Amino acid sequence: MSMKDEVVSRPAGQERETGSMMGGMGEQEQERGERPKRVGDRVFRYLTTTSGLVIVVAIVLIGFFLLIKAVPSLLADSTNFLTDWRFDTTGGKLAFGIRDMLVVTVLSSLLALVLAMPISLGIALFLTQYAPRSLARGFGYLVDLLAAVPSVVFGLWGVLVLGPAIEPVQRALNAGLGWFPLFSDGNVSLAGGGNIFTAGVVLAVMLLPIITSVTREVFRQTPVNQIEGALALGATKWEMVRTTVLPFGKSGFIAASMLGLGRALGETIAVLMILHTATSPSGFSFFDGGSTFASKIASAASEFSEPLPTGAFIAAGLVLFLLTFVVNAIARSIAKPKKEKA
Amino acid sequence: MTTTELERPARPPVFHHLSTGRKARNHLATVLVSLAFLIALVPLVWLLATVVIKGWRALVSPDWFTHSLKGVLPDQFAGGIYHALYGSLAQALVCAVIAVPIGILAAIYLVEYGRGWLARLTTFMVDILSGVPSIVAALFIFALWISTFGLEQSAFAVSLALVLLMLPVVVRSCEEMLRLVPQELREASYALGIPKWKTIVRVVLPTALSGIVTGSMLALARVLGETAPVLVLVGYSQSINFNIFDGNMTSLPLFIYNQFTNPTAAGQLRIWGAALTLILLVMLFNLIATVISRFSAIKTK
Repeated sequence: MSMKDEVVSRPAGQERETGSMMGGMGEQEQERGERPKRVGDRVFRYLTTTSGLVIVVAIVLIGFFLLIKAVPSLLADSTNFLTDWRFDTTGGKLAFGIRDMLVVTVLSSLLALVLAMPISLGIALFLTQYAPRSLARGFGYLVDLLAAVPSVVFGLWGVLVLGPAIEPVQRALNAGLGWFPLFSDGNVSLAGGGNIFTAGVVLAVMLLPIITSVTREVFRQTPVNQIEGALALGATKWEMVRTTVLPFGKSGFIAASMLGLGRALGETIAVLMILHTATSPSGFSFFDGGSTFASKIASAASEFSEPLPTGAFIAAGLVLFLLTFVVNAIARSIAKPKKEKA
Repeated sequence: MTTTELERPARPPVFHHLSTGRKARNHLATVLVSLAFLIALVPLVWLLATVVIKGWRALVSPDWFTHSLKGVLPDQFAGGIYHALYGSLAQALVCAVIAVPIGILAAIYLVEYGRGWLARLTTFMVDILSGVPSIVAALFIFALWISTFGLEQSAFAVSLALVLLMLPVVVRSCEEMLRLVPQELREASYALGIPKWKTIVRVVLPTALSGIVTGSMLALARVLGETAPVLVLVGYSQSINFNIFDGNMTSLPLFIYNQFTNPTAAGQLRIWGAALTLILLVMLFNLIATVISRFSAIKTK
């Protein structure tokens, strides 16, 4: 196998060796080039390294600035930041907590994930294993088309079209399964569907293309000899998928779902347009209203003027940042061992 | 003896019929998997049909692409999205001008130079940055630009927030493209005694150029639809503003969000018209990206 093949066939994330190989080359070259002092090389090296550093610095700065802007407000907070559901920054006295925002954010994102994961898995299998080769490409574009729809349009559709349309379903769920906390009466009216349930469904639709595209790539990399081996042993198509494609792509699929979860946690405008504001605390029901971290911040954005009230929202933003940071780090650590094996 | 057995053509009893259970499970899986795809098409078709049916009339009105909403009353069927279209494109282009060079250089660092802890940290941070929610990026620019430096809200602040969202996408796609460049090309260049930086600039980058352009267009398409930064970092304006450093500037998402609170029929037509325009704009950028990549993919042979 030529080196080119090796480089090309190596999946992303496995390039450390290539990197060190090339690095080694660079070193030799530098040693030789030491005397003439290739200025161009050194300038270029610094330039690219600085650009890489910009990204590292950006993340550090995001955490740092959000923190220093949030701390004064957190110190001035007259209630418990973690357990209070009110978010009152008006009238001079700060009393804000993130309980309800956390509940609404997590409930809507998890609902979206539960709905989107099996469907995305199905789509990825359909596109890579089941769909006729000639059509798979076109079908793939269709799913990608969903990703081309901006979230503000999803918000419009969710609140003006989908919400009213699935209101009867919500009423039925509420009436039939109301004894179960997740489906009990919420703190906003069911009319119009401005609740977590609708938001979760819309988020699920937004996650489909994200989870599908990553999962599809992983499934496509299933070793062909494993697939052919399974088929040669007399496995049916489903048995082949279950014994080769799914075990091979499992970690990639979970990592993709975590990436989707991170996206859902931070989704702003669609959720802001859909959810009705609530005046009482959340009861952990899908039929609650309220706001997520992101939608709360966006809804108050026009009133950012005084440092202390603004800091309260920045504190909420900091929590969201940490939440997505953790979710993405987990996604990465799940995806990584798989890549090393491949 | 075995050979004679093998020479005989296989007869039906050799291949056992599948048991009903296995057959049923296989069919069930096929049905479920196809169903999943069909389920995904429902919201897609539903959403696109809604937007087209409710919005096409706005797009064919003569003033839509040539006039702003200056002096137009909320319930008046007049004016257009000229100012918002300009705002969207201006903010996205300024963002691209900053993000694309940094992104390409960072990708070159990761592919050609990066090793050791710094490269690993950078890769990790690119992943984290790609997961940063747009509202957090907007808040950060607010905390830095407006609350610390004391500058006014402006379209440029929006562009800066968009840079944070665009950078990781550019780095990722650019990195992938650079890794596809055959190693022989680099070696051939080194063998001719050409310095590494010149090899990268004159050999590696041109080879990967089309892929990089495609990736940047896709990143641009994603940034066009971002709404959170414009809510936090710039004000709404009814009329055109060409200056990205000063004053309010409307972009398409902000236009939609603002008209969303306008309950009149004219407002409804405007939001769906703007939504259709935005989708078409994003699709146009995606299409350009696809065409570029189709016409000049890296020759891996």
